[in-house]
Amino acid sequence: MAQELTEAGLEVLAIERGSWRETSTDFAPTFIQDELRYRYHGHLFEQTAQETLTFRNTSDQKALPMRRLGSFLPGTGVGGSILHWNGQAWRFLPYDFEIRSQTIARYGEGMVPQDMTLQDWGVTYDELEPYYTRWEDLCGIAGQAGNVKGQKQSGGNPFEGRRSKAYPTPPMKQTYGPTLFAEAAGSMGLHPFPCPSANMSQAYTNPLGVSLAPCTYCGFCEKFGCGNYSKASAQTTILPVLMQKKNFSLRTESEVTAINLDGSRKHATGVSYVDMHGNEYEQPADLVVVCAYITHNVHLLMASGIGTIYDPGTGRGTLGKNYCYQITPSVDVFLGDKILNPFVGAGALGMIVDDWNGDNFDHSGLGFIHGGYIAGYVTTGRPIETELLPEGTPKWGAKWKKAFIGNYLTSMSVSLMGAVMPNAANHLDLDPSYRDVYGRPLMRMTYDFKQNELKMQDFTMAKMVDIAKAMKPREIKKSPRGPHYDIEPYQSTHNTGGAIMGATPQQSLVNRYLQHWDVPNLFVVGASAFPHNSGYNPTGTVSALALWAADAIRNQYLKHTGPLVQT
Amino acid sequence: MKPNLLSRRLFLTAGASVTASATLGVASAREVKGGDGDRWLPHQADAPNPLESPDYKFFTTDEVAFVEAATERLIPEDALGPGARACGVPLFIDHQLAGAYGRGGSWYMQGPWDKGEDTQGYQSRMTPSALYRAAIAAIDQHVVASQGGRRFAELSPETQDALLSDLEKGKLDLGGVDAKTFFKMLWLNTKEGMFSDPIYGGNKEMAGWKMLGFPGARYNYLDWVDRHGDRYDQPPVGIRGRPAWDSKG
Repeated sequence: MAQELTEAGLEVLAIERGSWRETSTDFAPTFIQDELRYRYHGHLFEQTAQETLTFRNTSDQKALPMRRLGSFLPGTGVGGSILHWNGQAWRFLPYDFEIRSQTIARYGEGMVPQDMTLQDWGVTYDELEPYYTRWEDLCGIAGQAGNVKGQKQSGGNPFEGRRSKAYPTPPMKQTYGPTLFAEAAGSMGLHPFPCPSANMSQAYTNPLGVSLAPCTYCGFCEKFGCGNYSKASAQTTILPVLMQKKNFSLRTESEVTAINLDGSRKHATGVSYVDMHGNEYEQPADLVVVCAYITHNVHLLMASGIGTIYDPGTGRGTLGKNYCYQITPSVDVFLGDKILNPFVGAGALGMIVDDWNGDNFDHSGLGFIHGGYIAGYVTTGRPIETELLPEGTPKWGAKWKKAFIGNYLTSMSVSLMGAVMPNAANHLDLDPSYRDVYGRPLMRMTYDFKQNELKMQDFTMAKMVDIAKAMKPREIKKSPRGPHYDIEPYQSTHNTGGAIMGATPQQSLVNRYLQHWDVPNLFVVGASAFPHNSGYNPTGTVSALALWAADAIRNQYLKHTGPLVQT
Repeated sequence: MKPNLLSRRLFLTAGASVTASATLGVASAREVKGGDGDRWLPHQADAPNPLESPDYKFFTTDEVAFVEAATERLIPEDALGPGARACGVPLFIDHQLAGAYGRGGSWYMQGPWDKGEDTQGYQSRMTPSALYRAAIAAIDQHVVASQGGRRFAELSPETQDALLSDLEKGKLDLGGVDAKTFFKMLWLNTKEGMFSDPIYGGNKEMAGWKMLGFPGARYNYLDWVDRHGDRYDQPPVGIRGRPAWDSKG
């Protein structure tokens, strides 16, 4: 966003809660391969002592604070969460952006249950396509296209939306595990293809002139920074250019605590922020773009009193509406005699089948919509975290030790990146009891898995078992999620919604350009804008939406400040 | 109004001056120490400082006896290799509890306090160091009362296993301490001590990694991507290298 707006000649100030971080000093290969420091002590993650939220499954429970990070791991510091991501670099399907209309057109009104607050996004895949492409070029994404200008490409994803061009770099070479998965899936008539990857398959220089180096498959991707300049992040794609600009400034260790409005409540005058010493400042601005992690985007709006907080009882209000997550069951596959060397890995190293994602298959009579991609990833063998044990293994002791050692080199997971549909009961608001270090109420998350994703999980679990069995393993083990969402075990940092986009102010907080309906000089960018969560990792869509919004600011808003969509 | 800008150049200068004074303040980079129990300093590119002291900093003698006995049952020595005790897990946990981890300094620790549902995560008011202290005292008290005056470390392995199992299932009443919460923490810390980098005092001689076949802190496996099914044949290395790299070794 800052890169785009400085190109338009604006004077841009970025205010960042965390500290400056760069490859050579903060995640160098002389010390980054430290599982305890980064995975378990969360050195790159936000600290709950600084900011957290409260959580409950349903509104009849008392929400309690997330005292330690668990299910999701937001980052802090320059580069945010896209510093410690795996690099699984996806586009959503055309279906996603018009999900309500297309679902009803194909299956009828009855397919969308009463409590599923499903809506179109107000933007189409074809409109976003050029921005997906720009993002992939900026990041040097390694992949095999499946559909270039309507022409099917062999070896790619046959279900993907039409792309204007192929990926900028070829797909990563696969290790043994993903290869076995792809062979099994292929033998069943499915359509395996390599995961689009922000881990570089070769050296790459992006359109800004910033270079990335080939990935060395070290297996320290997700939850770590890359010491080898091999994973696309702000540090490896944009910052070397942006930091040189005279019209860009960055203020670190400064946390924005409120967006300020004038007396009309329709115009933002700037923000208030607190520096690391506790001094409070007011920063005036003509234009405010909120680009924090989704939970902080929503919390900041709530703490600033901008917008009407969603009430699940009446359905009124749009702020905090349609909070979604993902459901990520897996099947562990114990191959017995095949050595996989799981530590030879990369965050986006894996083969994928997309046959049961989106509306790529007929949902008639299934009782759910959407789906997810099924992956044969081997991203890491980090030994504290990577523990695949056969059914019936004790959790500790001599038998645990034998099973862990005996299966470590020869097991992997087949996993689902499962979509979650919005539900009237799943939402974000402010907590009545708990406060943060600034004395603001914490945000409260009310979230549980609902029938749509639980039925979808049962359906896709059977498909994953079929693929796992076709890999000819010694044995397999099913690891479903639920029935209730648990905030403790790590699942994914794929929280979405709460400041959603859409066609009308009645159904969304921001318009199709991520501009606040009530405050035209305020834009809210991030996964907070997703009206539902798809069966893919969100980063590609977050980035495409940011570029789309930046383009609207540059080419429409700056010429005529005011609402970009009339109501 | 023009914002008060902090330029990139100023920023770098400020950063550089901090680094320079830190370097001047000590005799050599090797002597830069992390805080108690911490092996590294934030925003310093120096290689972390390995734990070399064999001394316990947090546990009392009685607590050491419990932790050595309990972790050795969780990961026992057998034909496959050394157990938690020989790998230095008790010393690892001790130094963790003496440092930032033990203080729970990065956690949200404001009340009100409530046990909550199983899906709501860690809700104990205790920091990890306080939890260990209280739990071990309560377990030993329970054991002394029920096992004829003997302490946990003096019991047979079978009896120890049965007690650990009760702890895991939350069947032991430890007064104000939640048994399940303590067991979960003890087990995670035991695995951390067995398989984290040797700089933290556990995983002695990289024995945990050797048993698994994990090659440690390596940074380049490009030659192995195509070698489907071959067993990786290089020895493990830690962040500080391995003994063969040492001038003495």
